[in-house]
Parts: sequence; C-alpha cells; structure tokens
Amino acid sequence: MAILETSNLVKTFGGLTAVSKFDIYLNEGELIGLIGPNGAGKTTAFNMLTGVYRPSSGSIKLMGESIVGQKPYEITQKGIARTFQNIRLFKDLTVVDNVKIAYHQNVKYGVATGILQTKQYVDEEAEIQQKAVALLKIFNLDHKKNELSKNLPYGEQRRLEIARALATNPKVLLLDEPAAGMNPQETHDLMEMIRWIRDQFKLTILLIEHDMSLVMNVCERIYVLDYGKIIAHGCPEDIRTNPKVIEAYLGEEVDLSAEN
Amino acid sequence: MNKKKLIFITGAVAVGVVVQLLISSGVINPYFAQILTLMSMYAILATSLNLINGITGQFSLGHAGFMALGGYFSAILTTKLALPLPNFLMFPLSLLFGGLVAAAAGFLVGLPTLRLRGDYLAIATLGLGEIIRVMFVNWKYVGAAAGMKGIPGYTNFLWTYVIAVFSILIIVNFIKSSHGRACISIREDEIAAETMGINTTKYKVMAFVIGAFFAGVAGGIFGHLIRLLHPNSFTFMVSVEILLMVVLGGLGSITGSIAAAVFLTGLTEALRQFSDLRMIIYSLMLIVIMLFRPQGLLGTREFSLDMFSKFTKKAEKAER
Ligand SMILES: Nc1ncnc2c1ncn2[C@@H]1O[C@H](COP(=O)(O)OP(=O)(O)O)[C@@H](O)[C@H]1O
Ligand SMILES: [Mg+2]
Repeated sequence: MAILETSNLVKTFGGLTAVSKFDIYLNEGELIGLIGPNGAGKTTAFNMLTGVYRPSSGSIKLMGESIVGQKPYEITQKGIARTFQNIRLFKDLTVVDNVKIAYHQNVKYGVATGILQTKQYVDEEAEIQQKAVALLKIFNLDHKKNELSKNLPYGEQRRLEIARALATNPKVLLLDEPAAGMNPQETHDLMEMIRWIRDQFKLTILLIEHDMSLVMNVCERIYVLDYGKIIAHGCPEDIRTNPKVIEAYLGEEVDLSAEN
Repeated sequence: MNKKKLIFITGAVAVGVVVQLLISSGVINPYFAQILTLMSMYAILATSLNLINGITGQFSLGHAGFMALGGYFSAILTTKLALPLPNFLMFPLSLLFGGLVAAAAGFLVGLPTLRLRGDYLAIATLGLGEIIRVMFVNWKYVGAAAGMKGIPGYTNFLWTYVIAVFSILIIVNFIKSSHGRACISIREDEIAAETMGINTTKYKVMAFVIGAFFAGVAGGIFGHLIRLLHPNSFTFMVSVEILLMVVLGGLGSITGSIAAAVFLTGLTEALRQFSDLRMIIYSLMLIVIMLFRPQGLLGTREFSLDMFSKFTKKAEKAER
C-alpha cells in the first residue's frame, strides 16, 4: 500500500491554476523525484502535501487517512516533514536550538513542570540536548552546535534544515530543491547523503529538483510536472527518453544524457 | 548553570533585604520607597509584555487594559467584599484574582485575534484596552468616571519586590523550557515553526494569557499602592510606556526589560513637573529606537555575569 497518495489534486490562485491533476503515490521506503521547469508548480504541490496551502480540490492520503484540511503542525505530527526551497531556519537561534524545537512535539513535561524545573524537566531537557547533538553529529554539525544558524555556510544550512526535519521523526520526508545553490561536488555528496538517510532512518523521500540530471542517479521513480500537470512518470531511463519531457525542458540548458 | 541561579537568587534576596532595611530604618524616605515600588511593578509589566512582544513576536498594545482589569477586580475583592481574612492572605489572593480575570480576558481576545497576522493583533489589543477603560468609566459599582476610592494600601516595597522576583523567575523559566522555545520559534519563523510540528496558535495564546495574567497582578499592586483607581490611569499611553520599556531594553531581552523599567520609572519621576513634555519625549524615543535600532538597545541579548568577566579579561589583556 502507498504510504502517501494524492488524487486529482488542484490548486488555483485566483484565475491561475498552479497545479492540476496532480496524482502521485509513494511506496514505503522509496526515493522518488519530482522534476519540472521553474514555475511548474512543484513547490505549490509540496505546500498542499504539508498543509501550508489547502487544495482547491482533490485528496491526499497518508497511510490511507485523508489529511486534507489539517494544519501543518498536525500533518508534521502525523509523519510528514519537509525542507524549504528558500531555507527557513530559525536564523537567530543556535544550531542545536533549531533541532531542539523540532523535538518539541514529543516533549512530555507540561508548562508547570517547566516553570518549576522539576527533575522530570531536567532529565527530559538533558535527553533532548543529547539527542539533538547526536543527530547533529550525523550531519557533521555537532562542533558548531552553539553557533547561530545564520552564520553557517550555505551548504551547512541546507544540511541543518534536513537534520531539523528529521528530528520531527517523520515517515515521509519532502525535500524542496535541497541542492539549489550548491557546487557539483557538494551536490554529489548531498545526493549520496539523501540516499543514506533514507536507508538509515527507514524513510520515504520525495525530492524536488529543477535540474533533472541530478535526480537521475538517486531516484527510483520520477514524476515530471509541467504547467501544473504530471506529464510523465517512470524509471529514470524512461523519463530521460520521453519526448514530452524533452519538449518540456526544451530551451532549458539541460544535458539530458548527462550521467552526472 | 546552577551556580548562576544561586548567584541570581542570593543577589535578589540581598538587594531586597538591604533596600527593605533602609526603608524600615528611614534612610530611604517614603517618597523614594514608592518609586522603588513602582520600579518593581513596572519590571513585572515590562517582562510580561516582553513575553508577548519580544519572545513570541506578537505585537500587543493592550497591557494597560489587562492592568486595569487586574486593578479593579483585585480591589473589588479587598474593598467591596469584606472577606474575613487577614491582610497577608487577602492581598495575594486579590492579586491572584485580578491576574486570573485579566488572563481570562486575554484568552477570550487572544483566541480569535492571534490566528490573524501581526497588525490585526495590535489593532485588536489597542481596541480592547479602550473598551475595558470605557467599561470602567460606565460601571457605577466601581465608581464610574469618579473612580474607585477607599482601597486599602496593602502594597509596599517588600510585597512588590518579592512578587516581581517570582514573576520574573516564572517567566524566565517558562522561556527556558521547551514550551518557551516553541514561542521563540514562532517569533523567528512562524511557517517553519508550524512545519516543525508546533501548534502556533496554542503557543501564541499561551504567551498572551501568561502576559495578561502578570499585567493583571501588576494592576492589583498599582491599585493598592495609589489607593484610588481611575479609568484615566489606564489609557493607551500607559501601554505605550510599557512598550517603550520593552523596546528600549530589547525585544526578547528580559534583563533589558528590567533595566529599562527601572530607568524609565526613574526618568518619569525626574520629569514629573513636565508631564506633558514627558509623553512627547517618550513617543519620540520610541520612534527613534524603532528607526535606528528596532531590536532595542540589547537586542535579544541578556545582561550576564559573563559579560563582566569578558570585560575584565579584555582589561587584563590590555594591561599585559
Ligand atoms: N501564493 C501564491 N499566490 C499566487 N500564485 C502563486 C503562489 N504560489 C505559487 N504561485 C504560482 O504558482 C506557479 C507555480 O509556482 P511554484 O509551485 O513555486 O513552482 P516551482 O516550485 O515548480 O518552481 C507559479 O506561476 C507561481 O507564480
Ligand atoms: Mg519551487
């Protein structure tokens, strides 16, 4: 059974139809790519999946249960985490606090316990700190835990955003152009890392990428979005040679035969 | 961490004891004792508004309204209803009651308006403050426009100081807890906070209600200090004054709020004979800070012992 499934998802902004007929499914453990030219509606689709936008029509099911109309925090608590195309870290907070905030939904102590600073508070805070640092270590960010996140180099900010999303303990992870602004070496390392965290954290990942050559090597299946519609779907080999996809990307500086 | 807390508590107790001794022995005269009491009261008001505006990033202008609610309702308890209780129980009980009434009003207003974005809250709380004031102008039971007279003078420096220390401790501990981090994340980026699984409406309302509660407590202290409650004591300009303390001290800096509360209360006394001019000076100060240093003098930083040790280390280096 698909862990996440949409059907006939539509989003209109006034007269503009940003997404129409968006039908995808993600099976458990898959690493799936969502590609398409700029303005195709990829981010809008993510915003619907995470509750930031309410779909104009259509359905979204997470493990068989509809999540349409739920608040973003409810959807996060049910197991969908995401990163943003334009990094949205808590810039003026430390690296470790960024991660700790993502653990908040699982904090058991109440407001009064926090104010009285009882043993339960002390123990749980110590545990959160330790878990956050352990997670940062995986992303090689633990030595910067007390730096303000805005002072990290760009690539590390992207990694921190992924770490923070993982701290919410998701089943499905949505990554919106995680390689944007990275050089080829950084991009290559990032793609390796994404595959690794999928295996390590037993996740299902949907990855948006504008530059299709990047996802060809890591994704098992790929959806292609153009003008708000899914125009192709299949394994990387099929996508690469699909005439509709080539047409959609015509005029864009993309080398479709790139092995990357 | 624990050592710091110990130093803080020891320091707070020492200051309280010394000042109280000086007042009791007459070294500090009643006029200055009252100013010190007002400084403590404004410290409660500024830190509680900072929890809403600075920590959670919601722009409230309604603190005078919550203060009025707390002031009137605590005075109703001590003045109108003669409960057979000793003063030392009656007074804190009435403050608690005033705080709870203010908190309840904060909840009723916060729930619908905090769902909306920033400016709406500012307008709604500004309106709320005025509505509350007008309500007291027309409420005969509490003296209407003539004000409520004959309130017992329970407030003194010691009470106010102790309550201020506890209020600040509660607010600081809240901020340091995971719930406080949730509030801070809303200030930093509301969409990201929501995406991290934080029920942003819940935490905005929570910060607002806690802030309103302490404003109500401070209102009760005020009523039992001045012994006369008049609707005009709670105009919009009072909210502006408290806001100025928060902005001056730094949105998000608790120690900054306390320092600014002490400084501006002192300034207010110094400028008492120019009271019209004072409001112009305050308004100008607010505008200048907003233009040139919107994060306030301290920003979100706190005064700390580390700051002094850094300073002395620098001095040592310079000597070498
Ligand atoms: N909040 C919004 N209001 C109006 N139009 C929007 C909004 N968000 C996105 N759009 C429009 O929807 C289309 C798809 O945008 P987007 O999803 O960001 O594309 P992509 O992520 O694929 O580059 C664009 O034409 C964009 O201008
Ligand atoms: Mg996009």
